[in-house]
Amino acid sequence: MRVRFWGTRGSIPVALTSADIRDKLARALLAASGRKFESFGDAYAFAKDSLPLSLSHTFGGHTSCVELETGSNEYFVCDMGSGARAFGAHVLARQGGRPAIVNVFMSHMHWDHVMGFPFFGPAYVPGTRLRIYGCHESLEHALRMQQSPPGFPVPFDVLGAKIEFIRLVPEQAQEVRGLQVTPVLQRHSGDSYGYRFEHGGRSVVYSTDSEHKLEDRAETERFVRFFRAADLVIFDAMYSLADAVSVKADWGHSSNVVGVEICQMAGARHLVLFHHEPANDDAAVEVLLLDARRLEELTREGRAPLKISAAYDGLEIDL
Amino acid sequence: MTLSFRNFDAARVLAPQGRLDHDNCEAFQADLLPHVEACSREGSALVLDLSGLEYVSSAGLRCLMVAAKQAKSKSSRIIVASLQPVVAEIISISRFNLVLEVFPTTRDALASVSPQAAQAFDRG
Repeated sequence: MRVRFWGTRGSIPVALTSADIRDKLARALLAASGRKFESFGDAYAFAKDSLPLSLSHTFGGHTSCVELETGSNEYFVCDMGSGARAFGAHVLARQGGRPAIVNVFMSHMHWDHVMGFPFFGPAYVPGTRLRIYGCHESLEHALRMQQSPPGFPVPFDVLGAKIEFIRLVPEQAQEVRGLQVTPVLQRHSGDSYGYRFEHGGRSVVYSTDSEHKLEDRAETERFVRFFRAADLVIFDAMYSLADAVSVKADWGHSSNVVGVEICQMAGARHLVLFHHEPANDDAAVEVLLLDARRLEELTREGRAPLKISAAYDGLEIDL
Repeated sequence: MTLSFRNFDAARVLAPQGRLDHDNCEAFQADLLPHVEACSREGSALVLDLSGLEYVSSAGLRCLMVAAKQAKSKSSRIIVASLQPVVAEIISISRFNLVLEVFPTTRDALASVSPQAAQAFDRG
């Protein structure tokens, strides 16, 4: 199974500014002081392998959209944030004119998770089949509403694809087109649902827009079971722990620290920090990543190491 | 968790030991509350000497924050001091150094309360 990240930012898309790019270039030039590169390849390798992630990458970018590639002819994707535009272009290019079948799993219907849908190219192609899965009653209403006047010029009914809305039952494992899927209720305004996907002996948990109340031991244990021995956990790590439990308590999001702790308790293998705070620049996201790695190291005790990454648009992880 | 304490002028020093995590933080919070209330009545500060604390989890940190808020609402304050390196790093990683009053040593914490508290500590 391959997991491909098309949108990783929380709440609202974030673009680098010209000043951000100049700053990265200047820092990269400083880091390269005294070096001589014989070719573009040498320079590229230096940029790729020797610079800090916050200089050689940007954490993005688009809002939530994560594809699961299973080897099937059908597509599987979590959420339709602004990353869905680029994902749609990928689908169209890969299909080469053949209609696609796309299975979409919606965590919830907040705008940053649906805003890419009107720009999702395959939805306009006759013959395309879109199956939109979720646990909310408002799945169809939310997508229709955002394409109603005066918000958007193309009404939902004009879309060429055949679109179905399929309600899933929380806490129940169910098979969806060859994928084993278990939705789980999460704490978020209006509720959100995390998904555990199992395929070919591998497991991926997509758990975004999820606040964890540390005083609720039963809730923590419920998520430990949900994450149990997962190969990959995509986790809402929007805030620092201090922010998540103080000034941003009840905002519906979590922290890098709690991600590490639950993954450690669950014996998960790889934690991906996701839904980055839009106010954080690349350097701030990288600090949260390095802090999470250090915390894991400090508190590992007898456990197997937990790999930790920070998601960025374009990241691919093979399981 | 055993919570032994000593008074130094207008400050009470508590020294929790061991681990503060999901398993025991509620009990710790309950044990801490009478000390918060006593400090409030006495108009004193509560210093947590964490030199015996080996580990603190997110749930434990939240308990400390809640206790600090309780103290503040009762016109008292909670100060943490003498952190073991691992605990100091966890507090920094979680940004709780921005939420809690943290001092390198218990004496420094007492000096922030009053010169008399620090002098009482020096006298042993």
